[in-house]
Amino acid sequence: MKIRAEHEIHQRRKGRNVGVALMLVAFIVLVLALTYVKVTSGDFELPRIEEGQ
Amino acid sequence: MTDVSYQNQPQEVEASLGDYFALMKPRVMQLVVFTAVVGLLAAPVSVHPVIAFASILFVAVGAGASGALNMWWDSDIDGVMRRTAKRPIPAGRIAPGEAKVLGFALSGMSVIMLALSANLLAAFLLAFTIFFYVVIYSMWLKRATPQNIVIGGAAGAFPPVIGWVIATGSMSLEAWLMFALIFIWTPPHFWALALFMKSDYDDAGVPMLTVTHGRKSTRKHILVYTLPLVILAVATAFTSIGGPVYLATAIVLNALFLKGAYDIWRRDEAQAEADEYKVEKSFFRLSLWYLFLHFVAILVEALLPASWGLWA
Repeated sequence: MKIRAEHEIHQRRKGRNVGVALMLVAFIVLVLALTYVKVTSGDFELPRIEEGQ
Repeated sequence: MTDVSYQNQPQEVEASLGDYFALMKPRVMQLVVFTAVVGLLAAPVSVHPVIAFASILFVAVGAGASGALNMWWDSDIDGVMRRTAKRPIPAGRIAPGEAKVLGFALSGMSVIMLALSANLLAAFLLAFTIFFYVVIYSMWLKRATPQNIVIGGAAGAFPPVIGWVIATGSMSLEAWLMFALIFIWTPPHFWALALFMKSDYDDAGVPMLTVTHGRKSTRKHILVYTLPLVILAVATAFTSIGGPVYLATAIVLNALFLKGAYDIWRRDEAQAEADEYKVEKSFFRLSLWYLFLHFVAILVEALLPASWGLWA
């Protein structure tokens, strides 16, 4: 027998927690994508060292 | 502050994710995102889609954060006004302190992330917009002067400038023309609302023009502000963000808007009450389409091939 009844508040809280988790994952993916674009777009190219130096 | 009583009230209902979303004023956020996107695309510099998407998202989060801070500060008067009584704080679903923390946290995050994704100037403008909306408009002007809408309108006018700066890294005349369009449009838009939301602002003690200067004067103000708006909106057609599509759109919309403002000016309260503010309500609806379609026209001009525009 189930001792602890599932209350509507628990369902609501679960929905909220899942929502926050999805937003955090989306934020991480976005930061990764931004980093990739920034690094590959040439903004972060290291200065070239001329030969002989 | 008078919202202490709300803080002491027990939470009646546990907030859902939707309540937090509502706290961020999604309808205002839509307008912010749309005008910022237009500003970004109208700029003569192309932006990588990922950077553009992320930057606009952070602008939207900043707008939402300022919405949450506005709801925190105004929770006492929101509970009094019919239009705002069902917002999450006056309805008892979110505590004012929670809205405050969320607002401050998201403000800081959005500004820092915009600085990283776009540039420092765009981030500074976003921070200034949040400051202007929350401190200058909500905390100071809104309850102090009938000019609240006139000066406070600047907060809503910044997004296209931010969009432009995200793309170019600098400001220009065209960006400020888009700013001016929203800035001058805001007072007639809100005064029309104040005319038919009769008792709301009275009950809340917000010194709207209808309360301090009377309704006849408000009608006159709507017409007076519409005149420079019409000139500005049509003149924008002859700048680099305008063109034939924008000009045709502007001529039609401004003719309708001017007629609406003139009709409002000619009416008195007895006439307005007799038809339940029909003209004022239709002017308010038109004002929403007016701004939206002007920015759609700017967007169309930006997306058209350069050779298509007659004066590109």
